[in-house]
Amino acid sequence: MKINKMYSYSLLIPAGLIYGLFFLYPTIMSFFFGFTRWNLTDWEWIGLENYIMFFEESSLMIGFKNTFIFAFLTAGLKVVLGLIFAVLLTAKLRTKRFIRSLVFFPVLVSTIAVGIAFSVLLHPSEGLVNTVLGLIGLNGPDWLGNPNLAIYSVAFVDVWKGVGIATVIFIAGMMSIPVDYYEAHQMDGGNKFNAFWHITLPLSRPAINAVIILALIGGLRTFDLVWAMTGGGPGFSSDLIASIIYKQYQAGFYGLSTAGNVLLFLMVAVIVFPIFKYLNRKEVDL
Amino acid sequence: MKKMKMSLLIGLMLLLAVFLVACGGDDSESSEGSTDTNGEDNGETASEENPETTLTFLVDNQTVTDGIEAVAEDIKEKHNITTEIELRPGGTEGDNIVKTRLATGEMTDIMWYNSGSLFKALNPEEYFLDISGESFVEKYDDAYKETVSVGDAVYGVPGEASSAGGWLYNKKVYEELGLEVPNTWDELMANNEAIKEAGKVPVIASYKDTWTSQLVLLADYYNVHSEDPDFAEQFTNNEAKFASTPIALRGFEKLQALQEAGHYNGEESATGYEDALEMLASGEAAHYPMLTFALAAIADTYPDNIEDIGFFGQPGAEADDHGVTLWMPGSIYANKDSENVEAIKTWLEYFVSDEGLETYMAEMKANGPYVLEGVELPDDAYPAVKDMASYLEAGKVGPALEFLSPLKGPTLEQITVEVGLGMVTPEEGAEKYDRDVERQAQQLDLEGW
Repeated sequence: MKINKMYSYSLLIPAGLIYGLFFLYPTIMSFFFGFTRWNLTDWEWIGLENYIMFFEESSLMIGFKNTFIFAFLTAGLKVVLGLIFAVLLTAKLRTKRFIRSLVFFPVLVSTIAVGIAFSVLLHPSEGLVNTVLGLIGLNGPDWLGNPNLAIYSVAFVDVWKGVGIATVIFIAGMMSIPVDYYEAHQMDGGNKFNAFWHITLPLSRPAINAVIILALIGGLRTFDLVWAMTGGGPGFSSDLIASIIYKQYQAGFYGLSTAGNVLLFLMVAVIVFPIFKYLNRKEVDL
Repeated sequence: MKKMKMSLLIGLMLLLAVFLVACGGDDSESSEGSTDTNGEDNGETASEENPETTLTFLVDNQTVTDGIEAVAEDIKEKHNITTEIELRPGGTEGDNIVKTRLATGEMTDIMWYNSGSLFKALNPEEYFLDISGESFVEKYDDAYKETVSVGDAVYGVPGEASSAGGWLYNKKVYEELGLEVPNTWDELMANNEAIKEAGKVPVIASYKDTWTSQLVLLADYYNVHSEDPDFAEQFTNNEAKFASTPIALRGFEKLQALQEAGHYNGEESATGYEDALEMLASGEAAHYPMLTFALAAIADTYPDNIEDIGFFGQPGAEADDHGVTLWMPGSIYANKDSENVEAIKTWLEYFVSDEGLETYMAEMKANGPYVLEGVELPDDAYPAVKDMASYLEAGKVGPALEFLSPLKGPTLEQITVEVGLGMVTPEEGAEKYDRDVERQAQQLDLEGW
């Protein structure tokens, strides 16, 4: 018994070392360096100053608001749209496989490429989107240049890119629901909507929960898409916490950006843990 | 069982600690080792009279290196010193690379970097070779020398001609509409109005490349300097602020005034630097507030139009005090810890010698005056650069703020976009910038902040 235990632990050491050295150690150190003003050779303890600055400065504070909007908006849309797609694509359609791969395709494209492509498509006068809108007589707005709109435009592109993965998870969840339930439901003379509401939805709960958590965490940490599409602009209007951290780091404000990272870590934890617990309680067994 | 887990955990922690220490030790040894082998290499290939040396040279990929390469070839021929150019990204990403390589002791023998505030943020005393004793330093223009010096020590060699920040304009549009080069801000606004009425774009704002948004503010510094010569010093010492100094605030106000009058192109956020150059060269737009280094790009992409492009400094309130804000050239710095100090000195000396400059100028056209005494602008300079001559003769030039003060807030480009788009007032923008500068000063650990 004892030897067996030892043996299994010893196998963990190499991975543990790497994990500890490259993940745990830097994470713990960042909590310390968040309280300092440091450069690559030296540090100075300044207490909570970095954190206070993050909350006082409007150009830093806006990141929290935008990240919040972005994460919940994209997660919500991915769940709703993903469910709709999944229901359609588990139905008896002839081109099912083709459409499935079509929906999943954007997931495979590099985020930066998607960002660049969409910033061309969303160009106010020459972009495809506004050209098409122009054909039906609508005057499209400056999607990325309007400070009030930019963050939403980026969010919709993120949904376009991410909905495929949600759909695939939902399809997997729905396929694992035994046909018996639907047969029984049919025997009782229920309609399609009832079948969805009372069978599909509750029994896909684990899949839905997985999508919500994944999409939320992904949304809270998004950086690349915003960076490729707007760079946080115009001004600071579409900055997310992650892009602010990156900019502060580039500027050489290492302490401030470390503090931002700690705040991001805490924000993800505070938002995701309770939701995770709540959702897990609501799951039902098949 | 519990004990077992505990001891394992402690053992793991100890191992981790040992591993860390070992890592630290390894680092310094390996870097020493590598410099040693470098030295040996040189020894092996050395011939007796003229030993062959190789110098590594880190340059950012935005700098056009044709001139440097031409001079390097000369140096190879005359002094048997080979130059290996290594490229790095530009902008803030490149800054990070430079800072990291300096801190870890992995800098190349010589490197290219900005002069002024960015250079001073590198902590030069620690990393660069003091060349104040070399004879060629005496040729330096004083204003330039200041931007590559810390105290009495001089670290940089000018790597190119200086450039100016101001307004590039399309001479054909001016001719067509019968306009004169404005000498005051009001005249400029009147010109803009006439251009707008003629259905052309008066001023290009290319905020897709956010850095271009700073020019209206930065190029206004001649006017600040001329009214309040002590501003830079007081600004550095935390005694003067943009928000509370009316003449400094003017720059932000001018950005906004252009937006309010509807003189920008529209679609500002979707217009990039390249688009702007095309609009200016084609005559679709009349003005572009920019640095004169854009001339090389225009000459390259629109060679037929370069003769149409002129230049004037950003005018202030008084017609008889119309001057130009100068941007000091990027410089070449030597690594203090290099094995090849003698070769580096030979290299640098040749680079700014008359022969070296001749080779350089044959390859590269100047964006502005050279910062070395006795070096005149060649006759085949771009017309827009010749437009600068009258300002130079009248002595109406002054360096930009970033060459007088080590402080330049890193988010200025986002703030000037906000002001330029009318998202915030000039006062709010200036206050935001003052806070940004404060962070920078604290990070640099300046006195008085």
